Formats: sequence, C-alpha cells, structure tokens
Amino acid sequence: MNPMEARILAEFRTIAGDRGLISSPEELHTYECDGLTNFRVMPRAVLLPNSTEQVQAIVRICHRERTPFVARGSGTGLSGGALPVENGIVISLARMNRILEVDFPNARVVVEPGVINLDVTGRVSPQDYFYAPDPSSQSICSIGGNVAENSGGAHCLKYGFTTTHVLGLEVVLADGSLVHFGGKTLDAPGYDLAGVFVGSEGTLGVATKVILRIVKRPECVRTLLAAFPSTNEAGAAVSDIIAAGMLPAAIEMMDNLAIQAAEAAVHANYPNCGALLLVELDGPIAEVEALMIQVNEICRSNGASEIRVAQSDAERALVWKGRKAAFAAMGRISPNYIVQDGVIPRTALPRVMSEIERLSQEAGVRVANVFHAGDGNLHPLVLYDRRIAGQEEAAEALSSQILELCIAAGGSITGEHGVGEDKKKMMSKMFAEPDLATMQRVRCAFDPLQLSNPTKVFPTPRLCGEKPGEYVPHPAESAGIAERY
Amino acid sequence: MDAATKPEASGLHSALHDKIIALAGNGYARAATAADAVAGAQPKLVVEPGTERELAEILRLSNEAGLAVIPRGSGTKLGWGNSPTHASLILSTARLTEVFEHAWADLTVSVGAGCTIQRLQETLAQHGQRLALDPLWPEKATVGGVLSTNDSGALRLRFGALRDLIIGVTIALPDGTLASSGGKVVKNVAGYDLPKLVTGALGTLGVITRAVFRLHPLPRNKRSFSISASDGAEMQQFVLAVQNSKLAHTFLQSHFSDDTSPVTDILFEGTEAGLTAQETQLRKLSALASISEASTSTWTAREELWAFSDSADTAIAKISILPANLARTIELVKRIANQHQLRWKSLMYATGLGWLRLEGKAGSLRDALQTLRGELQGQGGSLVAFHRPEKMPAFDAWGNAGDALPLMKAVKQQLDPKNTLNPGRFVGGI
Repeated sequence: MNPMEARILAEFRTIAGDRGLISSPEELHTYECDGLTNFRVMPRAVLLPNSTEQVQAIVRICHRERTPFVARGSGTGLSGGALPVENGIVISLARMNRILEVDFPNARVVVEPGVINLDVTGRVSPQDYFYAPDPSSQSICSIGGNVAENSGGAHCLKYGFTTTHVLGLEVVLADGSLVHFGGKTLDAPGYDLAGVFVGSEGTLGVATKVILRIVKRPECVRTLLAAFPSTNEAGAAVSDIIAAGMLPAAIEMMDNLAIQAAEAAVHANYPNCGALLLVELDGPIAEVEALMIQVNEICRSNGASEIRVAQSDAERALVWKGRKAAFAAMGRISPNYIVQDGVIPRTALPRVMSEIERLSQEAGVRVANVFHAGDGNLHPLVLYDRRIAGQEEAAEALSSQILELCIAAGGSITGEHGVGEDKKKMMSKMFAEPDLATMQRVRCAFDPLQLSNPTKVFPTPRLCGEKPGEYVPHPAESAGIAERY
Repeated sequence: MDAATKPEASGLHSALHDKIIALAGNGYARAATAADAVAGAQPKLVVEPGTERELAEILRLSNEAGLAVIPRGSGTKLGWGNSPTHASLILSTARLTEVFEHAWADLTVSVGAGCTIQRLQETLAQHGQRLALDPLWPEKATVGGVLSTNDSGALRLRFGALRDLIIGVTIALPDGTLASSGGKVVKNVAGYDLPKLVTGALGTLGVITRAVFRLHPLPRNKRSFSISASDGAEMQQFVLAVQNSKLAHTFLQSHFSDDTSPVTDILFEGTEAGLTAQETQLRKLSALASISEASTSTWTAREELWAFSDSADTAIAKISILPANLARTIELVKRIANQHQLRWKSLMYATGLGWLRLEGKAGSLRDALQTLRGELQGQGGSLVAFHRPEKMPAFDAWGNAGDALPLMKAVKQQLDPKNTLNPGRFVGGI
C-alpha cells in the first residue's frame, strides 16, 4: 500500500476535520476488515464525514484522483463487503447517525445511514410501531449497511427484507453527484433505482439518507418451541405448516450441535433434542390463537416430543436470545468456525441436510446448522480447529461444497450475508456469463470508472466501454438491405 | 406466403423479413393492421415468437436493422405511456404462455411472460395458492404486461407491489442477450436485483420473457365491509385510525366522486374466529360512521373506473400521495374539477396510491391534469396520465422524474444503446 499523498490528506482534513480523518497506521487497523475477518486490507485513509455535503466532497476527490472508496457502516457484514480495497479509502458513515424525521400518520422515518437498526424501532416503539427487518446483529448494525446488503432477519418470512421497507434514498454517486431514488410516496415515475440500489453491496454509490417504512405492532405475538428427533421431522412440520396456508412471522430451526452451543452460551433452557423448531405467529389475538392450535397439532403429528409456548415476553425474549446468539455461541464448542449462508427451496431440506451430513463425515469436520426454515435460508456453521493441520482447508472446502449443494438444489449462494469479497467466485456457478454481464452494464451506468467498492460481487471485473456515441447506421442499413422507420 | 405476410405489405426489406419469418415460423408473423397501432403510431409487422430464444434473436435482428420494437402481451395497457417516436415491429409474447414450474410446496412459480394472470391464478389455485395481486383485466392481462406497467390494486396494502412479489426474471436485450437475475428462492441477495429494475420500466430496457414469483395461500375465509362518511376529512380520519389500529386488514380503499359521499371498503382474510374478532373491533372504530357488508362490485372498482363510455371526453390518471394527505387531495381535485367544469371520480388506496377519472372537454382535461400534477409534485407526490383523449393537447404521461433522470438515461443507454425498445414512451423521453 502506498501512503496517501500529503496534499490529498490535507484536502480530506479540510473537508472532514481532524475528527473526521484517520490516517495513522495503528488506527487504520480497526478498519482493515469487517465481520469476515479472514480477509484484511489496510485502507490508505478512513474518512468519517458528518454530512451529505462532506460525503460528496470526499467522493469528488476520489473521482478526480481515481481513488477507489468503500463505504462502511458498523462493519458487521459477513461477506467482506466493507473490506477496504487496495490503494483505496474507507468512508465510514458512523457519524451520520441522526434520525431526521418521524412521521407516524404516514408510517415513514427518515434516517442517516449510520443509524443503528434497533434504534429505529427504539424511537417509534412508544407509539407501538417497529422497523421490521431484524438481522441478528440489529443492536449494532447500521441502516446504511442493511441497505447495502438488503439485510433480512428472522421475521422477513412475513415482513419482507430491507428492500421492502426502503421507500426512498438519497445517494452520492461515484462522481460526487447527488441523486434521489423513490421518495416518501410510492411509485415515483421512472425506473425503480431504489430497488436496484438496495442490495448492491456498496458498488453503486453511497447512501446518505434513507426513507424507511415502519410497521404497526401486531396485537399479539406467540412463540412456540418444539423438540423433534431430527431435522427431518422438524422439516416435515415446516412443510405442513406452509401447506396449511399459514404465513408465520418466523420459523427457525436449530440442530443438536447448534442447540448445545446456544445452551452453553446463553442458557436459553432449550430441550436437548435432535432438532428444535421455533415458530412465531403474530396478528390479532383470536386469529393467532386459532392458528397456534393447528401449529401445535402439526408439530405433534410430526413427532415433536416436547412443545412449549412462551408464556411471557421474558420467556419469548429468552427463546430468541438463544437463536440470535447461535453464531457467536459456536466459540463455546469449537475454537474456529465458518458461518455459511445459502438458500435452498425448502422442499430440498431433507436431501441437502443428509448431503451436508455425508460431506461433513467425509471431511472429518463438524457442521452445526441454524436455519431460517420458513424460507429455506441455511446457516451451516462449519467447525474446525486451526491448530490441527489441514482442518482449516478442509473446513473451507466443505463450506464451498455446501454452497454448490444449494446451487444444485435450485437455490442461492447467499440469502442475506451478501456476495462481497467472499463469494464472488461462486457467482459464476450460480449465474451464466450473460446474466453477470447484464448486471455489470447496470453498474457501468452508475459508476463508469468503477470506484465505488470495486472488486466486489463480480467474479471478473469488466471495464465499462466508452459510452456508445450517436447513432451509427448498420452496414445492412447503409447498403439498403434494411431501412429505419 | 399469403398476401398479409408479403414483404411489401409489412414494409420490411425482404431479406430481414424472411429471416424473421424463418425464426418465428410461418403464420406467426403478419402485417400489422390499424388495430395494432400504439398510441397513434402504426407499426408494420407483428411477430409472435414461440420461444424465448427466438424472441431474443428477432429482437437482435431488429436492433441491428435499426427497427423500433414495441413489446406486447395482450395489449390491454398498450396505450399507457407516451406515443412512441416510431414503431416498426410488435414483438408479441402471446405464445410464451407456459407455467414452467409451480413449486407449490415452496410457494413459488416460474411462468412465461405471455401467460394471462387469470390462467396463472387458476393453475395456482389447484394447490390453494395465488399470486397476491389484483391487476386490471386479469382475464386478458399478461404477466409481462402487468410487470412492465407495474400494475397493482388494493391487495398491495397487505402483500406489497410486484416489486415485492417478483423473485426472478429473464429478459431479452436488444443485442440478443437472454439474461436472468434473481432466482427461484424467495430469499436471495446474490447479484443485482434486476427483477425490480424491469418492473415498471414499460419494456424500455428489455423484453421480459419469464418471471418467477413468490406466492401466498388463498384465504381461508374473507369478509368485507363498506363504511360511509359525510366528507373527505371524516373519511381520512377513519382510514388513518384503521391504519393505526391492530386490525390486520388485507385492503382498504376509498371511493370519492362529484356526486356521492365518500365510501371506504375494507377486506379481512383469515380464520372465522379471527374475522369475527376483527369485525367487532372494526365496528368499535367506526362507531360514528355507517357500516355495512360490502357489495361484490368492490372487487372490480378499478375496472369500473376504466369503464367509461366516451374516450374522447375522459382522462384517467394514477396519483400518488402521502396517506395523510387524502382529504386535502380530494379537496384539491374537487376544486380543480369545478374550475374546469369536469366530472370526477376517484379510488384511493390506504397506501397513498389512487386512480382518478376526469370527464369533460379535452382542453379542460389537460389544464386540470397540469394543475393537479403541479400541486401533487409540490407535496412530493406524482400524477401519471394513463388515458388521454386523442384530441387532448400535448401532455406528458409521466411528469417529473427528478434528479435521477440522467442516471435513468444512462441505464437505458447501457441496455438499449440504439433506443430500439419503445422509443420515447417512458419518462424524460426515454
């Protein structure tokens, strides 16, 4: 890495102030990776702007100097989306953390990108509203990061992903210009650029303002916990719940290894069993109670040995605490682990599970499984010990094989963690070349110089050609073979 | 070759024409008639390719030859948008009607762009499921047309718009590329969300050939009610109270017009026990207003708005406002309509989207739409005119696309650099 030229640093300092510029190597280390720590790149500088104008000014300098930049929220991402790029800077939005407007009659909230996900709900809950997307990291992850990754969470089965709840965006494009997508009202005339921007992993620009939709809290929430002999029976129960025409707020599954880890970490008082199913229903009390009876019956008929319904908010919170702590809890049962994120059509669950089991035994590497079972989003946790020669490689290989299983089953290489740096090579296994080329053409419209988080998402970078100029007649047309009307 | 497909009838040079016929198969390319006109522009040829690949290849040839291509499903909404600057060829999806896969246990369906919504719904209903969308004219409207026009109705309040229901798409680009994005699973963040980009793009970026949707179960039971109020202000109060309540309604729509008092319809879906409890709560909420079971015409309210007798005297616009501006907007409509001596009727959803029908002299219609658009845009909303009388003075269908218009043009330039698809029909001259 080349140190940044003093004149550029001075310019950055003028824009963001002393507090808004980090350039000393020891402080820069904090930013060399995100939640995926096996990739590390030192940025040349980290900027912490506190206004849209500052973001624009910083990006304009990057554009002039052809310096790549990576926007960063809280750095909790698990695919290396906020990993710095070689010779680039990081723009941290952490200081842009104001909730600008709360509009209850229209159920809209306008925030800056550094606002923490859970703080939105915190702000609107006195009026009985909440912000629906709830990634497990919601107490620390930022809205800007959620926008970049199109974050989901346990309740997106019913409520949808970040993209469903983002109505409008203010975005600084890679040339420093400011644009607005969508708005507080729906269906603004033109292309749905907000729809394209959400989930683009920072490759299309930097969001500086986000208009969110908030949701009224349902009349009641009921959470059921059912213990099954194995994931097969639990999976069959999930299928029956869906087949019965229900749309629960969440359906989560954990296998025995994941249960053990969660118990060790947070003592959620889970039953010790082969697979645990957590089903949450919400809505009007009479409706939820009628449906809960059915869920109960479905679980029993599929072999559930123990069924509990959380009797209080405290019990419900404890049930969720175990689930949300599951990733971090792996540290209790394994020195090292890889968090994987793949999606399969839910019906492929038994087949894919037994394949994972087989691969795990072959490789001699354990796999704990946590799923958003309602939508087929798997989070296999591949456990290994770095100190044992060959285990890390075996774990990485197994982790990739699991994604290939997902693709073969007609699923996806990522349901919510994103492609980032981590999975870009897998993109060409999921998409054909013309599919990826089309996406890159869209990228070229937003960022022709490819300065905004370049080298991420796509397996092979593609230069944006010169913009096609004025209309040039086709040879056939000039020769009179065809005419233009 | 019959007379209608002779090169001179189609106006295409014979070499190109023969290639297209060879691709689509004889009988699937014909000379266009007056009935195929697109908002005043007369195309020369109508082609119905039998496969996605054929469609892409015909599009590529047309693009190379510099023809203007108008994608078409059943043509129910072909008049939406501005008139094309030129039109050479109608590229029809009428033969791409296959339901490829209804993965009912996974609540997804993959379907050809030419399949009608009704046929799709009938297929899904065999497993107790539906595409939770109520577009106009489902018996004719196709998947591709509904997507391209982003047509949604009252169900959007509960289930979201097409952007929330589509999970995968295949499009044919003018250079002949067939590109897929999204996938077959509901949860998927791999790559850019191009299904959303082409939804509502009016076929200006690519021709949708196939779509994958997430599905919802058909309701077990449903009940609907109508609530009347004395004026717009009272109605707004009621609508906002419902939205701010714990009711789990599926839709909420309000009717306003120049000669009736406002009425709001509400629909509930669920178990009998749940419906009874919600009805009780609703009656408490609407204690002051009159409430009755809704009539069946509730389901087709939007189509009734479109069922006008004289298209020369009628304009229809989609408007978008903040939900809490409902009463204010209705007052505005009333004032502007009175000023211009127009009759009016409106259907407003609780999402803030709505439809407005104005009737009167063509010149007055234009002035009224212009004034109303200005006012709504001033409040952060929009007005898009979907039906304008032929004699109405020039009036852009879309209105202001904001500061992202240059970027929209750049996206268009990347995917359709020769401006082959629906030229001039979309926002800002795209």
